[in-house]
Amino acid sequence: MEVLVATAIGVLTAGGVYLLLRLRTFPVILGLALLSYAVNVFLFASGRFAIDMPPILSKYDTTSYTDPLPQALVLTAIVISFGMTAVLVMVALGAFLVADSDRIDGDDGDADDEGAAR
Amino acid sequence: MNHWIIVPVVLPALLAPLLGFVMRHDITLARVASVAGTVALVAVAVGLTMVAVDGQTHIYRLGDWPAPFGIVLVLDRLSAMMVLLTSILALIVLLHAVATNWDARGRHFHALFQFQLMGICGAFLTGDIFNLFVFFEVLLIASYGLMIHSGGRARMRAGVQYVVMNLAGSTLFLFALGTLYASTGTLNIADLADKVQDIPIEDAALVRVAAILLMIVFAVKAALFPVQFWLPATYSNAPAPVAALFAIMTKVGAYAILRVHTVVFGPGAEAVEGLPGTWLFPAAIVTIAVGAFGVLGARRLLPLVAFAVVGSMGTLLVAVAAFSPQATAAALYYMLHSTFAAAGLFLIADLVVTRRRVDTLVAVPQTLQNGLFAALFFAAAIGMAGMPPLSGFLGKLLILDALRGPSEMIWAWSAILAGSLLTIVGFARAGSMLFWKSTTVPAAASVEAEEVSSPMLPAGVAEVAPTMAVLALLAALAIFAGPVFNYVDDTATQLFDRAGYISAVIGSGGEE
Repeated sequence: MEVLVATAIGVLTAGGVYLLLRLRTFPVILGLALLSYAVNVFLFASGRFAIDMPPILSKYDTTSYTDPLPQALVLTAIVISFGMTAVLVMVALGAFLVADSDRIDGDDGDADDEGAAR
Repeated sequence: MNHWIIVPVVLPALLAPLLGFVMRHDITLARVASVAGTVALVAVAVGLTMVAVDGQTHIYRLGDWPAPFGIVLVLDRLSAMMVLLTSILALIVLLHAVATNWDARGRHFHALFQFQLMGICGAFLTGDIFNLFVFFEVLLIASYGLMIHSGGRARMRAGVQYVVMNLAGSTLFLFALGTLYASTGTLNIADLADKVQDIPIEDAALVRVAAILLMIVFAVKAALFPVQFWLPATYSNAPAPVAALFAIMTKVGAYAILRVHTVVFGPGAEAVEGLPGTWLFPAAIVTIAVGAFGVLGARRLLPLVAFAVVGSMGTLLVAVAAFSPQATAAALYYMLHSTFAAAGLFLIADLVVTRRRVDTLVAVPQTLQNGLFAALFFAAAIGMAGMPPLSGFLGKLLILDALRGPSEMIWAWSAILAGSLLTIVGFARAGSMLFWKSTTVPAAASVEAEEVSSPMLPAGVAEVAPTMAVLALLAALAIFAGPVFNYVDDTATQLFDRAGYISAVIGSGGEE
C-alpha cells in the first residue's frame, strides 16, 4: 500500500507542477487542484497507514486506534483549498473579462510602463 | 488566563462580518465603525505590550486544553510588539484610505481590511504551527480581495499572479507540515522545539527537509530571492493604501522565520545545526542586490518603492540569518523602522501619483503643492535609504555592528553599504524627475489629457496627516532609539531562551 500511495502522491504532484507552469489560467487552476489533492493524501499518510481502525479511543475494547490529528488536518486543508480555488476561479474570470486575455504571465505585448489603471 | 490575549483576533473577526453584511450600504457608518475598531485594537495592543514587558511568556489556552493537545496563543515581547506595530500601521493606513476616498472605489474595503488584521494578529499570536497556516490563509484571502480592490486591467492581472503564487506557497506549507508531523508527532511550536532537540543527527533527514520547506514558504511571504518576483508586480499594482498595509505582510514572513527557525530549528538543535542560516544568508545578500538594482532601474514610481521594500527585506533577513541575540535585536529594530518607512513611501506615492495621474518617472507639469510633496517624499526616501537623521540609519548601523563575524562581515557590509548607495541614487533620480524637472514643464503641455477629468484639488490636512504621522513615527524611533532598543534587546534575549518558552507553554497546565 505504501508504494501505491507514494506513487499516487508523486504522480499527482508531478502533474500539478507541470500544469502550474503553463501560461493560461485554466491549466494553472487544474494544476493547483491536483497539488491540493496530492497534499491532502500526503497529510493523511503522515499519520501512518492503518486499516480498519477507528480514529478514537475506546474504553470498552482493547483494539488499537489510528491517529486522529492528520484527519482533522486534512479536513481543514480540504476546506481551505476548496475555498481558495473558488476565489482563484472568480479572480481569474474577472481578470479575463477585464483584460480579454487569460495569460498568467501578463506578457502579451503590453509594455510595463503603461501605468496602473487608476 | 488573561483573556485580553485573544481580543486582537476576535475584535476584527466580529467587526468584519458586521461591516460586510450590516453596514455595506452606508460608507460613513462603515468608516466610523472600522476606524473605531482599529483604535480599539491599538488600545488593546498597547495594553498587551504593557503586560508582555514583564518578560514572562503568557499563554492563552483555547478551550482550556493543555498545551500539546489544544491550540495555544502565546503572548511574549515579540508577539506583543508585532501586534502593536500592526495596529498602529493599520490605523494610519485606514485613515489615509478614508481621507483619500480609496475605500469607496470598490466594495467591502473595510470588511476585508478587518479580516486582514485578524489574520495578521492571529499569525503573530499563535503558538501552533498548523494554526499559523490557518491564519496565513485568513490574511491571504483578505489580501486577495484588497489587492484587486477597485479593479482595473493591470490590477486584475497582477491579482491572478498573486493568488496563484500564494496558493502554490500554501500547498508547500502543507507538505512541510505533513513532513514535520510525520517525523515529530506534534505541531505545537514549543513541543516541536522540545522534540527536535532530541532527534539524533542520523535520523534528521526528514526534519531537515521540513525545516528548509518551511523556510521556502516563509521566504515567499518575506519576498526573499529567488521567490521575490511576485512582490514588485503585486505591490505596484495594488491600491497604494493596500500596498502600505502589505508592508506588514512581508514582516509576517520574517516573523515566522524568526519564531520557527529560532525556537524550533535554532542554535542548539543538533538535527538541523546551522542549516537555516547557511541558506538564508546568501539568499538575503542577493535580495539586497535585487532590490537595489530594481530601485535604480525602475521606470515607474510604485515599482521603485516596491523594489525598495525588497531591498529592505534583504537587509532585515541578513541580520536574521545570523541567528544570534545581538543580530536579532538589530533586525527587530530595523523591522519596526522598515515597516513604517515602506508604508510612508507608499502613502506619499499615492498622494503624488493621484495628482500626476501617471506614475511613470517622466517630467509632467508640476502639481499643486509640489514643494510639500517633494519634502514628504524626501523625508520618506531618507528613511528608506537609511540616511541620518531618521531611524533607518540607526537600524542599518545596528545590523552592521552585529555582523562582525569573519565569514559574514565582508559580504554583509559590502552588500548593505553598496545597496544603500544604489538606493539613494535611485531615489534621488526619481525625486528630481518627479518634483524638480516637473517645474520646468509648461502647464499647457498635456492639457488634452486633463480636460476629461475633474481638476485636482489641493490635498487637505486629513490627506497629508497620515503620511506626516508615519514620518513622525520614524523620527520618534530615532529619538527614542535607546528605550526602543532596550525593548528589542530584551525581546531577542527572550526569543533565544528556548527552555523558558517550552516550560511556559508546556508546563503551564496546572497554573489556574
